[in-house]
Amino acid sequence: MADGGIGAATKRREDVRFLTGRGQYTDDYTPAGTTYAVFARSQVAHGTIKSIDTSAAEAMPGVLAVLTGEDFVEVGGNPAGWLINNRNGTPMKEPKRPVLAHGKVRHVGDAFAAVIAETAEQAMDAAEAIDADIEEHDAVIDMKAAVADAGTRVHDELTDNVCFDWGWIEDNRQATDEAIKAAPHVTTLELVNNRLVPNALEPRCSIGEYNPGTGDYKLTTTSQNPHLTRLLISAFVLGIPENKLTVHAPDVGGGFGSKIYHYGEEALVLAAAKKLGRPVKWTASRSEAFLTDAHGRDHVTKIELATETDGTFIAFRTETYANVGAYLSNFSTATPTFLHGTLMAGNYTVPNVYVNVKAVFTNTAPVDAYRGAGRPEATYSLERVIDKCARELGMDPIAIRRKNFVKPDQYPFTSAAGLEYDSGNYDALVDGLEGLADIKGFEARRAESESRGMLRGLGINTYIEACGIAPSNLVGVLGSRVGLYDAATVRVNATGNISVMVGAHSHGQGHETAFPQVVADLLGVDPESVEIVHGDTSKIPFGMGTYGSRSLAVCGSAVYRATEKIIKKATLIAAHMMESDAEQVDFEDGVFSVRGTNKTVGFGDVALKAYIPHDFPLEEIEPGLEETAFYDPANFTYPSGAYACEVEVDPDTGKVTICSMVAVDDFGTVVNPMIVTGQVQGGLAQGIGQALLENAVYDENGQLNSGSLMDYAMPRADDLPNLVVDHSHMTRCTHNPLGVKGCGEAGAIGSPPTVVNAVIDALSRAGHDVAHIDMPVSPARVWEAMNK
Amino acid sequence: MPNITMTINGRDMSAEVENRTLLSSALRETLNLTGTHVGCDTSQCGACVVHVNGKPVKSCTMFAVEAAGATVDTIEGQAHSDGSLTVLQQAFQDHHGLQCGFCTPGMIMSAAALLKENPTPSEAEIRDYLEGNICRCTGYQGIVNAILAASGQTAAIAAE
Repeated sequence: MADGGIGAATKRREDVRFLTGRGQYTDDYTPAGTTYAVFARSQVAHGTIKSIDTSAAEAMPGVLAVLTGEDFVEVGGNPAGWLINNRNGTPMKEPKRPVLAHGKVRHVGDAFAAVIAETAEQAMDAAEAIDADIEEHDAVIDMKAAVADAGTRVHDELTDNVCFDWGWIEDNRQATDEAIKAAPHVTTLELVNNRLVPNALEPRCSIGEYNPGTGDYKLTTTSQNPHLTRLLISAFVLGIPENKLTVHAPDVGGGFGSKIYHYGEEALVLAAAKKLGRPVKWTASRSEAFLTDAHGRDHVTKIELATETDGTFIAFRTETYANVGAYLSNFSTATPTFLHGTLMAGNYTVPNVYVNVKAVFTNTAPVDAYRGAGRPEATYSLERVIDKCARELGMDPIAIRRKNFVKPDQYPFTSAAGLEYDSGNYDALVDGLEGLADIKGFEARRAESESRGMLRGLGINTYIEACGIAPSNLVGVLGSRVGLYDAATVRVNATGNISVMVGAHSHGQGHETAFPQVVADLLGVDPESVEIVHGDTSKIPFGMGTYGSRSLAVCGSAVYRATEKIIKKATLIAAHMMESDAEQVDFEDGVFSVRGTNKTVGFGDVALKAYIPHDFPLEEIEPGLEETAFYDPANFTYPSGAYACEVEVDPDTGKVTICSMVAVDDFGTVVNPMIVTGQVQGGLAQGIGQALLENAVYDENGQLNSGSLMDYAMPRADDLPNLVVDHSHMTRCTHNPLGVKGCGEAGAIGSPPTVVNAVIDALSRAGHDVAHIDMPVSPARVWEAMNK
Repeated sequence: MPNITMTINGRDMSAEVENRTLLSSALRETLNLTGTHVGCDTSQCGACVVHVNGKPVKSCTMFAVEAAGATVDTIEGQAHSDGSLTVLQQAFQDHHGLQCGFCTPGMIMSAAALLKENPTPSEAEIRDYLEGNICRCTGYQGIVNAILAASGQTAAIAAE
């Protein structure tokens, strides 16, 4: 391998610009002549728009235009990316999601008008002068009530508030029901997977530009997924041809899912830029982000686990109500179904699994994939009910899991939820965890805590997830309307340096450092000579963006394949230069050599020759050295892990303090261990945030009570312990060339049940009969559970 | 509109601002110093921390006119004059103290202020001091490690 190739903890090259204030985020870009958009947003959760009087706003200083939903009646809606069928085979309900609300407003923050003015302050003043007569209706907030009562509907044109009623796997339903009925032990748990606000630190921002001379549009925007945004705007919303629209996502300040999707504000700034002939910029405030970014999770679930008396799993049966909010965001229908239901066998050989998901429209912000997207919900349900079951059966929480693990000699293993796991070794992860977390030493630490009057608990959790999203043939069958391959172009320049255009987008994941490690490793060149280009649809072939821990597994594999093509072509050129046959030429550490001779030529010389083909046999070798690969995975990848958490609970206040958090994960091949560790630690912090702190709360009128960083508890530095991470116990993914599985979401998937298991353990050891506390496990909830 | 002059990163700079213009807006929009970031509208996130007369200030909590005549230091002025990183900046790169980079300017400015007040802070003191700076990416581990390293306390760093 080259120095700094695969496996090196190379420091990130992108850091220097961020550390010196030279990052270029969307809001840092202000083209000449920029105008500013501010949106008028609904203050009620549900209402009929009787009239909108914009005359006063239009007359205010600096105002250039006021747009309402009426201006976008003729254009398309922002669609859902996945078509989910009901259990009876009929398709889901799919109401139009317009650029601006028209006819009705459906959640607090729903935009019904926009003002464009010379300055943001003028636009803000004018937006407040818009006189909208909105007749308020009862808000649909509680999911079960929304299902029971079709009288008050989020979308009048639909018959009820149920988007779909989905069963997975419907053919397994009866067998699962019968297995549970006949089982000697059944553990039942009802739980809430709390609603979260992603809160990427950079608020969304979009700038539309239009060139009347060429008819070209440019959208600069905070996106994890610029090509998909272009596709949605082109094919569904505004109809701008893809070859007349550039979408550029420059440096992006975190996403966590919330910036995967196309939002109406993006279409609006493009349409307004054409109307005005000037750039139009919109930057969200944090308050707008709370009200309008796609939220995460929000499941209400009943799960049953049937077991033999010795703890052998017989069946998991799950019924989930999944909130999709007022409109279907792009991945919102895939998240509670194929990213959740298919994982409901966990790491286990359980023979029966059935999942029913009812997706429900409510008068709240759209809900979509947030770090983990469905897998945290699956893992939380499974691992909480397993913990409860172990307690009921008097079994050790590690022993009950080990007893049911898929074993290393069982791969490929088709789970009862229909996925084919390709590799893993869950016992090895637990072995590693037992050592790293010093499980044996827990009792002594508990006694020490007790001596200070604190209740100490140990929480254990194991998980499997599905990443590397996703095989197009499989997701096509499951209802996806797009393919989920990715693409890369490797361009070797004449002077030997290399540009790699990738479809993945880096917004914290360190692609600019890690992807060159892959290319350099294969080509035997200095990683510093390899530069990544990402985020600009005019520069890169195509891409499906970054989410679902897919960048390295899917786009990295495209980079790998394109680099292999480079080697193949370069070998032809090298053979020509050395007057040999390509079959006789070997390539190692950046040097081509003719087998059995001392003839060699370096990669750099071959690159130069590719562009100076004076003596090429042109019918055999084209000039140039640039190759593109589209990579479509053969399967999902299956990262797995074993986590432990120790907590102290203050019996007087109910406050939970995390003493330790240990994550042992199998991500397959690790390209840059420093970056992987950082990804896991960040995920752990978000998972701990969900478990202890974060909660998006709507009141019965649909007002978001936790609508600012003063009300919504984000994890701060002093809320978190040291986060101990080990990814050395790896098994390679068997079906992608790098053997990688993906690491971006694991921490957020594995940690919430670990924390809650630890709290329940602490209370149980202290003699409290508490089977469950919903997240966030706040002091008030713990105190209440102890004092009920 | 008032015309104000500040000494920013060692240079006198003037700007015309409205009375309601925040210091953060004046830096970003009027003076094009976009390294200072704005992540919220309630003075919670800390991405906009700068130093005013040597003290750390969330620049969204101060009107630009209040900074007239003041010495203001921003992230753009932190590196050495030859462009090389300070010990603190280098420690952030060495210990993976940043991911998306959006909170980083505020983190660096807060951490620099901490080390000025307390050259060898404990881990608990670091975590406490950063309570006003939100990072959504790192789980703070790399940031804490970086500040320990920058203060010469490498032995106190948790295993990386």
